[in-house]
Amino acid sequence: MTDITKDAIAPPRSFLSQDAIQVFYRLLAAFLICAALAVLSDSFLSLGNILNVLRQASLTFFIASGLTLVVLTAGLDLSVGANVALSACIAGTVIHKTGSPALGILTGLACGGIVGLLNGIMVTALRIPSFIATYGMLWVLNGLAYWYMAGETLHGFPAGFRQIGSGYLFGLPIPVYLLLVFLGIGTFFAQRTIWGQEIYAIGANPVAARLSGIPVARRLLLVYAVSGTMAGLASIIFLSRLNSAEADIGESLTLPAIAAVLIGGTSLFGGVGTVFGTFIGALILTLVLNGMNLLSVSANWQPLVTGVIVILAVWLDMKTRRRAQ
Amino acid sequence: MSGALPIEVTSPTPLLELRGISKEFPGVKALDDVSFAVYPGEVHMLLGENGAGKSTLMKVLCGAYSADAGEFYHEGKRVAISSTADAQKLGIAVIFQEFSLVPYLDITQNIFLGREPRGRIPGTIDRRKILADAKRVLGTIGFDIDHSTIVDKLGVAQQQMVEIAKAISQNARILVMDEPTAALSDRETELLFELIARLKADGVSIVYISHRMAEVFALGDRITVLRDGRRIDGVRPADVTPDQLVRMMVGRNIDMTYPRHFADKPGELLLEVKGLSSSTGISDINIEVRRGEIVGLCGLVGSGRSEVARAIFGADPVTSGEIIFDGKTISGEPDLAARRGIALIPESRKSEGLALLRSVSDNLVVSALRKLFPSGLFDQRAAQRTSDGLIRQLRIATPSVRQTVGLLSGGNQQKVVIGKWLAAGSKLFIFDEPTRGIDIGAKSEIFALIDRLVAEGAAALMISSEQIEICHVCDRAYVMREGRIAGHLTRHELTEENIVRLGMHHA
Repeated sequence: MTDITKDAIAPPRSFLSQDAIQVFYRLLAAFLICAALAVLSDSFLSLGNILNVLRQASLTFFIASGLTLVVLTAGLDLSVGANVALSACIAGTVIHKTGSPALGILTGLACGGIVGLLNGIMVTALRIPSFIATYGMLWVLNGLAYWYMAGETLHGFPAGFRQIGSGYLFGLPIPVYLLLVFLGIGTFFAQRTIWGQEIYAIGANPVAARLSGIPVARRLLLVYAVSGTMAGLASIIFLSRLNSAEADIGESLTLPAIAAVLIGGTSLFGGVGTVFGTFIGALILTLVLNGMNLLSVSANWQPLVTGVIVILAVWLDMKTRRRAQ
Repeated sequence: MSGALPIEVTSPTPLLELRGISKEFPGVKALDDVSFAVYPGEVHMLLGENGAGKSTLMKVLCGAYSADAGEFYHEGKRVAISSTADAQKLGIAVIFQEFSLVPYLDITQNIFLGREPRGRIPGTIDRRKILADAKRVLGTIGFDIDHSTIVDKLGVAQQQMVEIAKAISQNARILVMDEPTAALSDRETELLFELIARLKADGVSIVYISHRMAEVFALGDRITVLRDGRRIDGVRPADVTPDQLVRMMVGRNIDMTYPRHFADKPGELLLEVKGLSSSTGISDINIEVRRGEIVGLCGLVGSGRSEVARAIFGADPVTSGEIIFDGKTISGEPDLAARRGIALIPESRKSEGLALLRSVSDNLVVSALRKLFPSGLFDQRAAQRTSDGLIRQLRIATPSVRQTVGLLSGGNQQKVVIGKWLAAGSKLFIFDEPTRGIDIGAKSEIFALIDRLVAEGAAALMISSEQIEICHVCDRAYVMREGRIAGHLTRHELTEENIVRLGMHHA
């Protein structure tokens, strides 16, 4: 055997994993934003405002968490917003017709999951690029929702059902508990299950993943189905919180969810990112919008600021991440 | 070696002469003091094994690579070829195996792409002139076709004709062709040979790279043999036999003594491939691999070796035939093959073997997740412990299990790819060019590892373009030619000459 020491090796890098470093910077950014807002605005630190921020962030997070898994596989799900709208409309109808919130919730989750599964089938069996498959699905779902609702608005749901979105438990909004639960489940799934590991491997190099014996198509189906189901869950929270459903409620949801994923450090190229990062991404996004409201900045500026933050976050990631070639 | 030509000169000055050309890539001397002359109106055959330096020489000729050392003479005058523009000015044109045509443009547009005659109004094309020119050029080479046909609708042979027309329209005097008959039918080959004869008569010189003995003798006026980046000899077809040519091509002088403990008697049958065909062009493949064996799969690059490996692993759809592994038929995706105990170490470890930006540990356990964590719950620490063991066992030089795998050297990356299948407990290891781009030290380590694996009851199917490696480490070998098994060589028959002879095209 010859000298392996001669083999060129790069110096060891930080003992913190790349993911940990990314999450650290994001927490720091979120903290700095909080500190700045606390100084600039008297009302920012009020309990009511903080709970409001968390509740807002949770709505974005539910959609963005499932989307994170899709993006980890180097895919994209543009249909999540439209999926929320259709699922909300169908779940709302079921509750109205049967009077059973439980049945409505199940229908909403199932509707979201089925849509996600259809996305997965298009991406795997039909090999349509996810961007295009889910973009097409967006229009299909919008079309279905408009046809189904025919311009009507559903409203007035049982008080118990409305608790899910607007109720409190021990002083905290119920969506915040749900946020913690799904943050835990999402993180556990991604980091502590072999399916999570396989999803990272697929995103990092789909060809190598397949040739390493990972059932790539089955994992992708799972990921799109989860993304759809999370959209279904978000639809229930929306329905319960707004106490109404319309065909167009999803139109303003997809782009903020993608923003949360990107600000959270998940790479659109796949293989890099965390569900926790997405949570902080949703938090940063909500904090900035909340801060602008508190500082009486016109809402017209919000899209511009969101765009700048997304670009900044991704650019900084690319700078700090020395991509191995 | 000097620039002297060992064979007598028919025409006083060569059209183009290369003297003492060298070209080095990191770790490889691709061309070493190569001299080479092309005379007007001759067909000059360029012969050599995979990696002998033919492609590099071709790229130096057309200006795609610039030589590190050496001189070029055009009709006796010293010239420089440092860019493709230089080569074009000297009338050198290359027809690569991969054509450089734009599929959705028509023949005329492709021939004159970027050189369209200008019309009277700036920015326009002189339609009448371009059509007349196209007809003239197609007439010159005797290509009878509608010049407005979209190239995408043409067959390979016709696309090749368009490439030749393009070269002729640029007044090419030296046409370099890289295995031009590789994808042609017999009839199309005949037509190409007729065209070559016509071009010769017009004084065009042809540099012709071939792996087919028959055409070397049918077409060649002279033959230059390359080996390991050196010019071995220049001969006339009349003065040599095919056997002599084969002997010139092989006999590489590399000191390689690989450890190999041959088993006394072959083990039980592990893999049996019967009449396998796939959509990637391999057909009627019959292979057997027994436990304790290293079986070689040789042949020229493009003969279908990797396609056989991929088909067995389930990476390409099988169209007919049967794969029996460990007594049971398998058909399906790679995840099934992997679960049953087949491992593929692909040719391109960076694009097919590794997730470069993930850690050494992540890559080492990726194929063994189900085995290491049957509950489905992943444990990073346990994964890293397993990886630590593999790193020690394979002597992977890495500062930590967390190191990004893309930062390791080629040899260590290859060990990671092998390591992931050790972790998975595979029984059959299919190696596709396992030593490509790896230094000698790592090479012998990898062979020692393969030897140990098969000694412990596993088996290996090894694809390699390095015939000497096959001869040293394999119990026996199959040789492929044009998507089929051309022959089988037992341990005693396993010589470089026999491999080359079976792999080349006779008849």
